[in-house]
Amino acid sequence: MAEAEKVIRGIKFGILSPEMIRKISVTAIVTPEVYDENGIPVEGGVMDPRLGVIEPGQRCATCGNTLAQCPGHFGHLELAKPIIHVGFVRHVYMLLKTTCHACNRVKIPEKDLERYRELYRKLKDRWPQLANSLVEFVRQKAAKALECPHCGARQYKIILEKPATFIEEGGRGKLYPDVIKQWLSNIPNTDLEVLGLDPEVARPEWMIVNVLPIPPIAVRPSIVLETGMRAEDDLTHKLVDIIRTNEKLKEAINSGAPEIIVEDLWELLQYHVMTYIDNELPGIPPAKRRSGMPLKTLAQRLRGKEGRFRGNLSGKRVDFSARTVISPDPNLDINEVGVPYEVAMTLTVPEYVTPWNLDRMREYVLNGPYRWPGANYVIDPSGRRLDLRYVKDLKALAESLKPGYIVERHLINGDIVLFNRQPSLHKMSIMAHRVRVLPGKTFRLHLAVCPPYNADFDGDEMNLHVPQTLEARAEAEELLLVEKHILSPRYGGPIIGGIQDYISGGYLLTLKSTLLTKEQVADLLATIDYSGEIPEPAILSPIEAWSGKQILSLLLPEDFNFMGETKLSSGNLKCTSEECFWDTFLVVKRGKVLEGVVDKTVIGSQQPKSLMHYLIVEYGDRFGAEFMNKAFKLFLRYIEMVGFTMTLDNVELRDKALAEAWEYVQNSYKEVEKLIELYNSGQLEPVPGRTLAETLEIRILDVLAKARDEGGSMALKYMGLTNSVYVMARTGARGSNLNIIQMAVLLGQQSVRGERIWRGYRGRVLAHFKYGDLSPKARGFVEGSFRKGLTPIEVFFHAAGGREGLVDTAVRTSQSGYMQRRLINALQDLYVGYDLTVRSAYGELVQFKYGEDGVDPRKTSFGKAVDVDRIIVKNVGWRMTP
Amino acid sequence: MSTRSEKISHKILEHEYVPKHELLSKEEAIKVLKELGVRPEQLPWIRASDPVARLLGAKPGDIVRVIRKSPTAGVSIAYRFVVVG
Ligand SMILES: [Mg+2]
Ligand SMILES: [Zn+2]
Ligand SMILES: [Zn+2]
Repeated sequence: MAEAEKVIRGIKFGILSPEMIRKISVTAIVTPEVYDENGIPVEGGVMDPRLGVIEPGQRCATCGNTLAQCPGHFGHLELAKPIIHVGFVRHVYMLLKTTCHACNRVKIPEKDLERYRELYRKLKDRWPQLANSLVEFVRQKAAKALECPHCGARQYKIILEKPATFIEEGGRGKLYPDVIKQWLSNIPNTDLEVLGLDPEVARPEWMIVNVLPIPPIAVRPSIVLETGMRAEDDLTHKLVDIIRTNEKLKEAINSGAPEIIVEDLWELLQYHVMTYIDNELPGIPPAKRRSGMPLKTLAQRLRGKEGRFRGNLSGKRVDFSARTVISPDPNLDINEVGVPYEVAMTLTVPEYVTPWNLDRMREYVLNGPYRWPGANYVIDPSGRRLDLRYVKDLKALAESLKPGYIVERHLINGDIVLFNRQPSLHKMSIMAHRVRVLPGKTFRLHLAVCPPYNADFDGDEMNLHVPQTLEARAEAEELLLVEKHILSPRYGGPIIGGIQDYISGGYLLTLKSTLLTKEQVADLLATIDYSGEIPEPAILSPIEAWSGKQILSLLLPEDFNFMGETKLSSGNLKCTSEECFWDTFLVVKRGKVLEGVVDKTVIGSQQPKSLMHYLIVEYGDRFGAEFMNKAFKLFLRYIEMVGFTMTLDNVELRDKALAEAWEYVQNSYKEVEKLIELYNSGQLEPVPGRTLAETLEIRILDVLAKARDEGGSMALKYMGLTNSVYVMARTGARGSNLNIIQMAVLLGQQSVRGERIWRGYRGRVLAHFKYGDLSPKARGFVEGSFRKGLTPIEVFFHAAGGREGLVDTAVRTSQSGYMQRRLINALQDLYVGYDLTVRSAYGELVQFKYGEDGVDPRKTSFGKAVDVDRIIVKNVGWRMTP
Repeated sequence: MSTRSEKISHKILEHEYVPKHELLSKEEAIKVLKELGVRPEQLPWIRASDPVARLLGAKPGDIVRVIRKSPTAGVSIAYRFVVVG
């Protein structure tokens, strides 16, 4: 029988009425007993067989279905006394405040009430927000009334004692749930409307429960331990507690026990029902298991990161995915990802058999599930799924393959997959790669894509997902492929680009002094499969030699012009024009590198307005990706040819250099002494808004910071220009001058919260110092370097300073993580329409033009839509002298 | 539901940080809504009690055009739907 397709228009939430709970219920639960002495569930207990099938093969006592079919059935428990539902305490409080204790009407004069009701009905559908503020207004107005406008009764103040006790100050005192229930049930429907309640589905007296629904067993299955013991679900435990207390309470009432006993039991029942609903209520001790673990009750199942919403509905575990450690492979393309055979033989892609791929598909089936490239499943035209692990005659199956079959084949080279590294903070955290199946057990990626994923190889793991439909694959390839994300919308510049050895290599190759023999040129060009002409050698005699700049020029488009400072152009090597003695100004005219070297500001990742950036903007993503593939291979090949390494000797400075630095530091010490003397004699001039002691600290910190930077820099001047460590720092490949100073000269002042370290003993950090010693060394100035080593006291100071950094990052990540979550939740449904307006999923206008100007930041130069300077250089740069 | 009716100074309209507001005529309003393809309440809102709205004499149901100076776009135009409050 064909049924008409039903469409869900919306969901309306309400409160279950006691009648409804009884109607839904298949049995009343009457006893706290769960199993009898034979281990059979007791009828009328919380494991009553009528609540649903537990064991496979059984038939349901209620619906007659087997385990797979039976949906489970609710029971119900009649409570001896009503209980306030914790989830509705706030609503009950509002209702008690806004309605009269005598006549139970909302405390608004009849004619106003009529007006508000009319207005509310009008607003409700069209202006939900306004309706809400009307309700809020009515509530406030009603709560303020000192006298009932209907019956004239004086109104008392209602106090809510957390979590669920209501007190009528000056009136009846503590309001018991049965009194409240009576009160709430007297409020007329028409009065409830203006208070924002829909009495049809949410009568307020239903917020006080006197019948408790008992959820089906399927919701709280018991686990059978290997010892044969039964372990019940937390909810079952809690239900037993409730039933037991309820029995006791019933008994106490029936036997006419003293009021205080009844009241205590009632209170206890209230506690059990509350913690059954939510076991993390503020001010209530959580119900615990025997092991001391708090019970996971209803609210705990839904709430939080692992809860039903965030853990099972917003995000869930998926098939066709893999996760393993990542490692680098400079021989891959930037678009590729290396996938282990093991993974490639587990993940599959469904491919339709056609006359054109029939032979290939037969090959896969013949190879079977254990030989790559094979297949794991075949789906025949009738939809039957054949597991190739259990197909005896693969040959026969391969023969029978014809169009209409679907082969779930292994992952092969060229397949499109999504690759992801957490935390997925921006869109470049998930990109599409082409598969390259490789031996080994790790995923491999090109080093240039480390920055967008923020990946390194100290044990990082990444996830891989295989799109299963043609649409998904096409979409991934067109929108998510790595090369389409070289330019980042974060700052209109390439986020994918040269790092570390690519930069060192580029620098060494393009040095003025780099001359290559014909053999070397051939070697270099062979690594990138270059097949064009070799240019005229730059040096003809005594032997033919080529410059590195010539080699790099082979990869540049013939009409490309570029001029710009390199990272090296600073200090006494500064150059701002073509006339540059130091070769630190890069000039490319008509595709030829005429002068300048390649370093971080030329090919580096996250460097806007660089040569790399303009190559990509002007020649496209495809060209950019291909340029990177080739240039980076070239740079690495060259760095391999000349050798590039770092040793302890690289941070060893000659005595003269250290002496110079040391002298500077000594002078700073004297300056500090002078400041301390001034301070002690009361002659120190305080900084506005600071105490004298604070002023002294600030001044000392200034002097000592300068001591390290200036003194260190003086020593750095003695480093050889070919020193690998120095080369890396200057070209931006890795490390900074500060890092070198700390390795070779001194660590300098250690600080905690921007102050010199002072915490510890009274008036001194360690027992090694005199009381009140303000000298540099007593407050964390470290004279040692990483090469020379640190004294034990210096190690302590360094550890104290270093710890702050660790704490900071830990705090920052958790805070930014939460901020990210809130932002995403707020923005996830917004979209930019074809008219460039930004709208919400409900059609509300958020922006009249995306970003006010409708500009895609990815396609701008640093936020500006048009970069006139670049346009000039691009077109006539070849005859310009900047 | 405030019914305050103190006078507000027209000077606020001259302030650097108060963008230019214009009250749309019925015809203009209909045209704008049609162009954007939205119902009036789907526009961003402005309260009738907003000082600028009061100076314009905007009543709930009206639509106001806001012309802003923008560092990126030069001039950006937005519309607001006047609501009670
Ligand atoms: Mg790591
Ligand atoms: Zn059943
Ligand atoms: Zn009354």
